[in-house]
Amino acid sequence: MNEIETRVRAAIRDGFRQIAPEVDVDEVDPEADLREEVDLDSVDAINLMVHFHESLGVEIPESDYGKITTLDAMVGYLTGRLAGQE
Amino acid sequence: MSGLYLMPALGAGMESGIVVEWHVEPGQTVSRGDVIGVVDTEKGAIDIEIWEDAEIAEILAPPGTTVPVGEPLLRLGVAGDRVPDPPESTPSPPSQARRRVSPLARRQAAEKGIDLTQVTGTGPGGAVVMADVEAAEQPAAGPSDAHRQASMRRAIAAAMIRSKREIPHYYLAHTISLESSLRWLEEENLDRPPAKRILLAALYVKAVARSLEEFPDLNGFWENGAFRPGEGVHPGLAISLRGGGLVAPAVHDALTRTLEDLTEGIRDLVQRARAGRLRASEVTDPTITITSLGNRGVDAVFGVIHPPQVAMVGIGTVVERPWAERGMVGSRRTVTLTLSADHRAGDGHGGSLFLAGVARRLQTPEAL
Repeated sequence: MNEIETRVRAAIRDGFRQIAPEVDVDEVDPEADLREEVDLDSVDAINLMVHFHESLGVEIPESDYGKITTLDAMVGYLTGRLAGQE
Repeated sequence: MSGLYLMPALGAGMESGIVVEWHVEPGQTVSRGDVIGVVDTEKGAIDIEIWEDAEIAEILAPPGTTVPVGEPLLRLGVAGDRVPDPPESTPSPPSQARRRVSPLARRQAAEKGIDLTQVTGTGPGGAVVMADVEAAEQPAAGPSDAHRQASMRRAIAAAMIRSKREIPHYYLAHTISLESSLRWLEEENLDRPPAKRILLAALYVKAVARSLEEFPDLNGFWENGAFRPGEGVHPGLAISLRGGGLVAPAVHDALTRTLEDLTEGIRDLVQRARAGRLRASEVTDPTITITSLGNRGVDAVFGVIHPPQVAMVGIGTVVERPWAERGMVGSRRTVTLTLSADHRAGDGHGGSLFLAGVARRLQTPEAL
């Protein structure tokens, strides 16, 4: 795991701890749709986006929300965006 | 002059609460609206506020004490006054109240919503220390969580039985095109950073609040055989909790707030509801409830009114449907709005005008 991915995973873990404290990220199927798997709703989603913006500096446009519905997709998307910034 | 600060009723069906911690100490002066402590209830740990300017004279219920609704928690004086003797009715707190808890453990327990009475103390003299709280936190569905869920279920059951027994509900539904609202949001949010983006939920809340301004007999309470209008428009937002159950805390003063401000309020409210950190005023103030099963994929929800409120607005999933308009059939994103209302407080005629008013306002989101 490279440094960027480590940062991304830490940010995701931290985000879930704040926004959905009942969810154990390690227990979540990384390929499952988070809306179904852990009941993530639109308010949780925007709170996560705000968290990623603040912690990683990645601003996710609303039109990309549909691309990050699973944990794997979230890691991939954020890692890609961060790598692109370097 | 002095008074007693009593355990508030934080929602229908609550019988007692456990004092988690106090943010005040005897001799301290507090102002109206200050959060003075934390009480654990089936809705999570709730920050309790004071409703008058006062001086704290005495803490009658130390952390760990289980106190029935309406029983005293604090004795208050007016700043500068001598404190009179406590009234005879003041109960002596149960013995468990005197157990010792380290400040760090107390703060940790409050943050995690852990019931300190369920924690075994291993510190000096049986004091609860940080390690005990961490141990108690371990299983996600530990006894404390299970207990909370069971008592929340009982409270919901009691409120819903009362609602269906006492309230003659009438129901209305209205399916509308949501294109104007969604397009406006998409455009508006394009250049906004995530923290400033407006949520569709804020549009719903504002549209409901504006329509209530026109139909105030749906905004308030049915009490003792008569309608009492709410002071202000404070819609409660039904928020489902992942562990089971739901809470419907108030979005205060929805009528006078901007969409941006409402969005921020909703985001904060949902996050705190799920973390089990609501304020007492949020739990007790809702004048109507809005429930949205939007992300569950159902077309419509017909809510059961939360007594003593007289109405509940339901919002279904946004669905793309064939839509006829001006002689043409096209595709539109639509939503079904519903109203459950108390027939004692009003009639379907008023209810239908109210719901149509919500629908009309969602067609011109820029005016909200």
